[in-house]
Amino acid sequence: MPAMSETSHTKALFEILLRLGDNSLVLGHRLSEWCSKGPILEEDLALANISLDCIGQARLLLTYAGETEGKGRSEDDLAYGRLSADYRNALLVEMPNGDFGVTIARQLYYTVFADLLYSALRQSTDAQLAGIAAKAHKEIQYHLRHCTEWTLRLGDGTEESNRRIQKGFDELWAYTGDLFATTEADTQLVQAGIIPDVAALQAAWKTQIENILSQATLTLPQGTWMQKGSRQGIHTEHLSYLLGEMQSLTRAYPGASW
Amino acid sequence: MENTIQLEELFDAKLERGEFIEPKDWMPEKYRKTLIRQISQHAHSEVIGMQPEGNWITRAPSLRRKAVLLAKVQDEGGHGLYLYSACETLGISRDEVIQQLQSGKAKYSSIFNYPTLTWADMGAIGWLVDGAAIMNQVMLQRTSYGPYSRAMVRICKEESFHQRQGYEIMCVLAKGSPEQKAMAQDALNRWWWPTLMMFGPKDAESSNSAESIKWKIKRETNDELRQKFVDRTVPQAEHLGLTVPDKDLKWNAERNSYDFGEIDWEEFWNVVQGNGPCNKVRIENHVRAHEEGKWVREAAAAYAAKKAKAAQVQVA
Repeated sequence: MPAMSETSHTKALFEILLRLGDNSLVLGHRLSEWCSKGPILEEDLALANISLDCIGQARLLLTYAGETEGKGRSEDDLAYGRLSADYRNALLVEMPNGDFGVTIARQLYYTVFADLLYSALRQSTDAQLAGIAAKAHKEIQYHLRHCTEWTLRLGDGTEESNRRIQKGFDELWAYTGDLFATTEADTQLVQAGIIPDVAALQAAWKTQIENILSQATLTLPQGTWMQKGSRQGIHTEHLSYLLGEMQSLTRAYPGASW
Repeated sequence: MENTIQLEELFDAKLERGEFIEPKDWMPEKYRKTLIRQISQHAHSEVIGMQPEGNWITRAPSLRRKAVLLAKVQDEGGHGLYLYSACETLGISRDEVIQQLQSGKAKYSSIFNYPTLTWADMGAIGWLVDGAAIMNQVMLQRTSYGPYSRAMVRICKEESFHQRQGYEIMCVLAKGSPEQKAMAQDALNRWWWPTLMMFGPKDAESSNSAESIKWKIKRETNDELRQKFVDRTVPQAEHLGLTVPDKDLKWNAERNSYDFGEIDWEEFWNVVQGNGPCNKVRIENHVRAHEEGKWVREAAAAYAAKKAKAAQVQVA
């Protein structure tokens, strides 16, 4: 690549790593909110497990983001030191848990996406990212099984469960387009073979979601208008509350180690 | 009648030889009931204990702390599961024991009726509460009922890890800024006495103790365990540079043990009877989660039934 690209490549990679790390962190945080509130003890454990995987992924990705940026920021500096406008996670993952149906709908939308994305990232020309992706992808396959099975159970369970989970899929639908949003950073890194073209994953994602929903006797929402903005740091109202809670202690005692 | 006496002799002989009692063995009804009470109470304690610690997961001050705390709370839930299974081997369903928890018929460890007010409480719970629990659980690895003993062996491994984690949180705070050190001292002040209460009433006033010892369900008395805990924990507090909130605490060279002050037994009985700061809220949360999850459990059952029926049709 031409000489100009050294800094711009670094900036692009930093942006993408934040995108990936923030997705995992925010989703992991949301899932951890289920602790001791699950519909059955086994499910409490399963959600905690998935949450732990997500937080583990976030730690690796944010650590790498900090190294890439080169300003000495650690995973915690990035997680606890940024406000919502600097977060780059997709809108979908910051949506509140709602009932268990909403949580599973959010989980399926995201996890089918993550499965496609991380499967491709394993082939990244960036060895460190490829390594993180290989580990994450193994975990994501388990997460996918979990939320697919619940979608089937709830969709094809009782009338009430069918109604509730359908509502979850309907309400979250408008936030799915934003998963596939790209910026200039994507273009650069796609060319370098570091990441796949996320926008190109959308068709496969939709087919897979449609298959699972139809097997679960559910309907794929038809709306075409999609919320957007996360790649520019424009989030829903929910994110600042989530971060306010997450960062409350570190902001009350600046500079302390824990 | 003759038969029962013979069975009882066999049972006693087995205990005498130090063998385990297994689910299919004959056992006195009172032994079974005592075990159900104790194991379910233990399971409920693990499950209710997820709440006070879960309270700080979303506010944990670093990603590593968040992950460790989440893993710990998940372990507690897992312990609850093994113990509910051990209970089922005694012929009582999980639904029934959960019903007893929610109606207030079954108890759980009173310690979880105290609130977690600061991050240091995550350290104090691991260090003190898990430390006290381990005293009990180490003893229970040799309890006479096989499934309970085996569950305890697994649980002990994880608990000692939790205890070290808690102590490590306290170490970091005690060596941190003046505010952090004050936070650690405040947590010790609030958790010390409730932790000593975890060992239960004094031996003279413990209604279940003598029989449990005879049946080798328990192997050491409440007072013995409490003393052991104090002797082990006071030097750890000194190492942290924190002060144990007991003006009567002092080393007794003759006994080779610490003397310590009197527990506020009025507070103890009040918390047991439901008047602790969080008794109501803990049970309400449990009931709410259970009710809100009803439709999910019903859906899972309905789906499983449909699949089973479809599989039958296929076979036919």
